[in-house]
Amino acid sequence: MAAPVPSLGEPFHRPLTHLEVKLEANRCLYCYDAPCMNACPTHIDVASFIAKIAAGNLAGSARVIMDANPMGASCARVCPTDQLCEGACVYKKEDTPIRIGDLQRYAVDAAMRDGTRLFEAGAPTGHTVAIVGGGPAGLSAARDLRRMGHAVTIFEAREMLGGLNTYGIVPFRLPIETALWEAEQVVELGAQVRTNVRVGRDLAMDALLAEYDAAVLACGMGGVPQIGIPGEELAGVWDALEFIERVKLGRGVGALGSRIAVIGAGNTAIDALTCSRRIARQAGAGGGEARVTMYYRRGERQMSAYGFEYEFAKQEGIEFRFFCAPKRIVGEGGRVKAIEFVRTRLETSEGGEAAVPVSGTEFVEPIDTVVRAIGQSRLVETFDRLGIAHDGGVVRVDENLQTTRPGVYAAGDCIFAKGTREAMVVEAAEQGKRAARSIDTYLRRGA
Amino acid sequence: MADLRSNLAGIASPNPFWLASAPPTNSGYQVMRAFEAGWGGVVWKTLGTPIVNVTSRFAGMNYKQNKMVAMNNIELITDRPLDENLSEIAKCKRAFPDRAIVASLMEVCERDAWRELVKRVQEVDIDGFELNFGCPHGMSERGMGAAVGQHPDLIARVTEWVVEASRVPVVVKLTPNVTDIRFPARAAARGGAHAVSMINTINSIMGVDVETWNPIPHVDGKSSHGGYCGPAVKPIALNMVNDCARDPEVGIPISGIGGVETWQDVVEFLLLGASNVQVCTAVMHHGFRIVEELADGLNRYLDARGIESVAEIVGGAANRITTWNNLNLNYKIVARIDQSACIHCNKCYIACEDAAHQCIDRVRQPGGSTNLVVDEGHCVGCNLCSMVCPVDECIEMVRVDTGRPAQSWKERAAAMGEVG
Ligand SMILES: Cc1cc2nc3c(=O)[nH]c(=O)nc-3n(C[C@H](O)[C@H](O)[C@H](O)COP(=O)(O)O)c2cc1C
Repeated sequence: MAAPVPSLGEPFHRPLTHLEVKLEANRCLYCYDAPCMNACPTHIDVASFIAKIAAGNLAGSARVIMDANPMGASCARVCPTDQLCEGACVYKKEDTPIRIGDLQRYAVDAAMRDGTRLFEAGAPTGHTVAIVGGGPAGLSAARDLRRMGHAVTIFEAREMLGGLNTYGIVPFRLPIETALWEAEQVVELGAQVRTNVRVGRDLAMDALLAEYDAAVLACGMGGVPQIGIPGEELAGVWDALEFIERVKLGRGVGALGSRIAVIGAGNTAIDALTCSRRIARQAGAGGGEARVTMYYRRGERQMSAYGFEYEFAKQEGIEFRFFCAPKRIVGEGGRVKAIEFVRTRLETSEGGEAAVPVSGTEFVEPIDTVVRAIGQSRLVETFDRLGIAHDGGVVRVDENLQTTRPGVYAAGDCIFAKGTREAMVVEAAEQGKRAARSIDTYLRRGA
Repeated sequence: MADLRSNLAGIASPNPFWLASAPPTNSGYQVMRAFEAGWGGVVWKTLGTPIVNVTSRFAGMNYKQNKMVAMNNIELITDRPLDENLSEIAKCKRAFPDRAIVASLMEVCERDAWRELVKRVQEVDIDGFELNFGCPHGMSERGMGAAVGQHPDLIARVTEWVVEASRVPVVVKLTPNVTDIRFPARAAARGGAHAVSMINTINSIMGVDVETWNPIPHVDGKSSHGGYCGPAVKPIALNMVNDCARDPEVGIPISGIGGVETWQDVVEFLLLGASNVQVCTAVMHHGFRIVEELADGLNRYLDARGIESVAEIVGGAANRITTWNNLNLNYKIVARIDQSACIHCNKCYIACEDAAHQCIDRVRQPGGSTNLVVDEGHCVGCNLCSMVCPVDECIEMVRVDTGRPAQSWKERAAAMGEVG
C-alpha cells in the first residue's frame, strides 16, 4: 500500500510550535455553547478540545475531535476554517480568532504520532452494513456504525481507502499518511475492506442488498469532464484529479514543458496549479522558470477556490487570467502546442451570471501542458444501474439521508448539489455520521 | 511632579519604593544597580550567622500563560560573611547617601547575640534595622524567623533588646503565618519598635510533579514547606496591613510588602495604611528597571488628582474597611450588559446559571443571534458575571435605588431588638 510519497517541498501551512500552541490554547476563552462549535458542520466541542490541550491532555483532546469528526485530521488541514469555526470565534471581531484548525492539527498529530487508540467497537448487534465508497463520507459512516456494533464492509473501487483525501489533494496540503491514518482508525475498529471492487460494475446492488441489511452510498463523483473543445485527446492534456493522483503517489507526470495552463478556478484547480509549478521548478532547477497560469472564464469574484487557497497560489507565483475561455487546443505531432482562447464577459440571465464569449477577441497562447479542473462529472449511469433515483447525478435523499431504495442511504459528494460552493470534507464526514445514525435507527426498528 | 519622598518612622528615602530583604539585595553589586535604576531604599538580605543553602530553591506558580503569579522559596538568610556584607553596605551608602539602607537581622533568641549583631552592623552607616521574624522555613526550625514571629512575647522581648542597643529606627518584619496579625504587631509596638513591615512569606507547598511525585521544588527528591509570595499574595498582605493600620494598639507606621508590581499596587497599599512599600518577586521576575514605571505611574496618578505628595494618600482609604455588620444592607447594584460590547462568549451566562442566581437569560433575537439579558429583579449584584467577562467594561454593575435609607445589620438588629 505504501507508495513513495514525494512531499514536493514546504507544506502549504506549517504546524504550530509548542510555544504557539501553549499561547494559543491559553488564549481561548472556553466559551459556553461556543459559536465555533456551532459553526462546525460536525459540531466539534472546540472549547473542550482546546482546554484539554492547555491542560496537557493531548490524547483526550484528539478523542474529542475525532469523536465528532472521523476526518478530524484531514479537516484540520483542509477546512476553510475562516468560514467555519474560526469565522465564528468571538475574537473574530478583533481580527484575532483562535487558530482552531492549527490547534486541532496539533492534537490529532500527537495521537497519530503516539498511536493512541481512540475508540472501541460496540457490542455486536448482528446487523451488517455495506458501505459503497471508502472516502470521507463512507469512512465516517463506517466508523460510527462500528462503534454502534454493526458489522461493516467497505467496498472501495480504488486500491486504497480515503477517497479524495488520499488521491485528490496535493501532498503539501494533505499528506497521504494523514488520510491513510484516518482510514486505519476505521479498519482497526473491525471494518472489513474490499478494495478494487466497483459496486454497479463488479457487484450489483441487488446482490449487495441480498447480503447486507443496509447500505450507504458514498461513492462521490467521477473524474473531471471534458471541456468539449477540439484537441482534448492530445498528449499533454490532463484530468486534474488524475494529475494530482499521479503526483501524490509518486508515479510521475512526465515533462510538463515551460508553459502550463490550468482551466478552472476551484480548489482542485489551485492544487493542480501549485503542484505543477513545484514540479516544473524541481525539474527545471537552474533552467528557466515555468509559467503556470490559471485560465478562468469568469472573474476573480466568481472563483470557487477558498480565499486562502487563492492567496497561497499567488505566493507560489501562479499567474491568473480571468474572463477567457478555451476554444480549441492546438496540437503538433500529437502533443499540445497552444490553446486558442476567446475573451468572455458576464451576462446576467435568469439562471444567474453566465460567461459569454465575445467574438473577435480570440487569442492564442503557446502551451505545453493543459490541466482540466472544471469540476467533477456525476455518476449518472452508476446510479441508474443501481436503481437509485437521482437528479442529474445527485442522489435524491430524504431528511434521514435515505435514498429512494429502503435501507440504502447516501452521504458525501454523491448528494452534494451543485452550487458555487465547494464540497467540503467536513460536510461529507457529518453526513457519514448522520447516515450511520439513521441506519442504526432503521436496523434497530427491525428491518 | 508630585513629591514622592517618603519617611518611615524617621527613615527617609527619595521615593516609597524599597527592595525587600531577599535575593535582589544580596550584594553591593546588586544594590548599586538598584540605586542606579532609581530604587529609594533597600532592606539588605538578612544578616546573621552565615548559613548553607540547598539547591534547588525556588518554584513558580503559573496561571495558564501567565508565569509566576506567585513563587515560593526554601532559601535561608545570607550565605555570605558578615564583614563582606558590611563593607559593601558602607560602599553603597557612600555612593548613594540619599537612599535608605536598612539592615535586616536574624539571630537566635539570646540577648547577647542580638546586641553583638546590632553593635557590629551599626559600625557602618545604616539608616535602620529590620528584624526578620518572618522567614517561615529552615530558620524557624532553629528557633528563629517565624518561630519568633508566632510568639508575641518573644517579639516584644527581642525588639526591646535591639531597640536598647540601636542608634537607628527599628522595624519589625512580621510573618503572616498567624491567625491575627494584630497580636504580633502590638507586641512589636510594646517592645518599642518604630515601625512594622509585612508580610513575609506564607507557608506553602508549591506542588508535586505528577510524573515523578517529587515535590516542587525538590532537593534530591524531598522538600520542606517554603515561603509563598508574589502577585497572588497581595490581597492577604493588604488585609494585614490594613488590620494593623486601623488598630490603635499597634499605632506605628507600616511598610507594606507582598505582591507589589505596579503603581496601582503601590497606591492600594498606601491607601490602606502603608507608609511605603517593599518589593521582591516583581524584581526577581523583571529586574530592577520596573521602578521607573512605578515612579512614573505614581507621579502621573498624583498629579492628575492634584495631590502634592505621597504622604497625603497614606491611609486615605484605611477606614473604608470596617466590619461586615456595618455594611449598608439597602445598597443595591445590578449587572448591566452592554450589548454593543458583548462578544457572545456566554461565560457570564453559564457562571450565573451554574454558580450564582440564574438571572442572565439568553434571549433569541429576530436575526437568530442571542442576547444576554440580566433579569435585574433577581440579580443580587454579586459581580460574578462582570468578573468572568473577558471584555473590560462590557458588564457594568450599576446602582439601583431601593428607596430605603442606609441600614446596617447592626442597626437592623438593634431596631428589631427594640421592636421585639
Ligand atoms: C527567594 C526569597 C528569599 C527571601 N529572603 C528573605 C530574607 O532573607 N529575609 C526576609 O526578611 N525576607 C525574605 N524574603 C521575603 C521577601 O522579603 C518578601 O517579604 C516577600 O517575598 C513578599 O514580597 P513579594 O511579594 O514582593 O515577593 C525572601 C523572599 C524570597 C522570594
